[in-house]
Amino acid sequence: MTVVKEAPPAVSQQAPSALRHRNPLRWAVLVALLVLLLLLVGPLLVIAVNAVKSPADYAANGPLSIPGSLYWDGIVDFWNRVNFGQKLLNSFVTALVVAVLGVVLSILNAYALGIGRVKGRVWFLVFFLVANLLPQEVLVYPLYYISKEVGLYDSLFAIIIIFTVIQSAFGTYLLTSVYTEFPRELLDAASVDGAGKWRTLWRVVVPVSGPTLAVLFTFFFIWTWNEFFLPLVFLVSNDNQTVPVALGVLQGDRMMDATTTSASALIGILPAILFFLIFQRTLTRGIAAGAIK
Amino acid sequence: MAGRNRGYALYLIPGVLASLLVIVVPLVMTVYVSFTKWTGVGDPRWVGFDNYTRLFGDTLFWQSFGNIGLLVFAMAIIPTLLGLVLAAVLFDYVGKKFGDRWAGLFRSGYYLPQVIPVAVTGIIWSWILHPSYGALNRILEAVGLGGLAKNWLGDPDYALYSVMLVMIWFQIGYPVVMFMSGLSRIDPSLYEAADLDGATWWQRFRKITVHMIRPEFYVVLITTTIAALKIFGQVFVLTKGGPSNSTLVPSYFAYKNFFEKAQVGYGSAISTVLTVLIVALAFLFLRLQHRSEELR
Repeated sequence: MTVVKEAPPAVSQQAPSALRHRNPLRWAVLVALLVLLLLLVGPLLVIAVNAVKSPADYAANGPLSIPGSLYWDGIVDFWNRVNFGQKLLNSFVTALVVAVLGVVLSILNAYALGIGRVKGRVWFLVFFLVANLLPQEVLVYPLYYISKEVGLYDSLFAIIIIFTVIQSAFGTYLLTSVYTEFPRELLDAASVDGAGKWRTLWRVVVPVSGPTLAVLFTFFFIWTWNEFFLPLVFLVSNDNQTVPVALGVLQGDRMMDATTTSASALIGILPAILFFLIFQRTLTRGIAAGAIK
Repeated sequence: MAGRNRGYALYLIPGVLASLLVIVVPLVMTVYVSFTKWTGVGDPRWVGFDNYTRLFGDTLFWQSFGNIGLLVFAMAIIPTLLGLVLAAVLFDYVGKKFGDRWAGLFRSGYYLPQVIPVAVTGIIWSWILHPSYGALNRILEAVGLGGLAKNWLGDPDYALYSVMLVMIWFQIGYPVVMFMSGLSRIDPSLYEAADLDGATWWQRFRKITVHMIRPEFYVVLITTTIAALKIFGQVFVLTKGGPSNSTLVPSYFAYKNFFEKAQVGYGSAISTVLTVLIVALAFLFLRLQHRSEELR
């Protein structure tokens, strides 16, 4: 034990000077990692550079030159042409409502399964896990058919209902294992204070599990924002499309030249990067915790 | 005890009703329709196993599953193995020699492609890989390798490999993040003890790193495999399954039968087969996870 405790200072005193001189490997590793980083981020940089380049500049200097002057017309034209503000609003509303409803539904399910230990809970959990993993192709046609029958086809409502259920299936699976280990003393204390199940849920269980709920909310929001397949099938009219659908459908458009394509890609990337920067801490912590639980 | 549980069962009602409506009923309907001939209008006509016999004799079906095999390689196997090495290097080497900020920076950078909507990923790459105005061919020409320029997505010989490359690019960050978070569980004294015993980096990697993140390893491998089986968005935007079906995948194959060919029964059979495959993998995942938890 003492040996182990003494080891760290010894290493840290020695390592920096010794390694800097003796170990070119140290820099080789760093360079290799940087090259890989450039390969992964490079395409995004190329997009950004060409989105602000005029078509003439592109024709003359190609995709890799730094733009001679900043040219915003490509982005502005594309924005107006597809009414991008509307698409952003559609995506934002859908993702936000799904995230909120999905978290609420997950909480209710997990309260019954994790804390209530309802009979047959293992089978419920298996069901919810499978529901989340199902390929959407196996649900799409009946959902398309039913939504037409009840008049919800081509409406954000249909998408919101469907994704609330699909996301909460994952949420239930994750949250149940968190609630299974919920401190019993807190529940007992609440019941001694005379709180019923409903009060206990919202006054004790939900506040205590706040961090996990934040992770779920983040996941649901970003996943829903990025969804493509079902929105492509359901949101056919221009005014109802979400960002990925609008961009994905336009891809085959003959009118798109190189700089317009970059412009369209850039305005599709920017919100995603923004969410990534806002949620980064929650995400990187949560991704693993989420999957392992 | 039973009375206490009954109260909690009420909380399951909204979730169960919603799942019935959105998951169970559609699932049952699709399986039923897969035994019928149906254009989507009128009444489905029962044809028994006809769709399935036709499916297993359909070269396109086998081709789409063959393509998925290669995509599993690109989306699951390569990212998992590469992610394992990257995570170990970032955590155990960069983190210790350069500081956690550097390791975190690399991790975020590698993860970036994952946060971009898949449709937009498709747009980015169909532009970069475009034969005439695409960046890749222009770069090759600029560095004097113009002879290597190709119609990356338009040539049946290269299209699937190009899609595979895009998918590696897209997927690599996920295992890195997962494995690094798994590594943060490791007691540092394990590594210190190994150092004192004179273990090489490779020995530490094998005996400590790989051993400790086995749970994450299963999760990553299975979730990425399932993601590969379900791939749709990138294929839709990049190639629409072409040229000459060289990048056809089951989900796009089903989509085409549903919405372009009005062969709903046949499309349902395709998606039912895909579902059986994915559910079987999900159960394998549960078993593996369960077993690795018992071992810990």
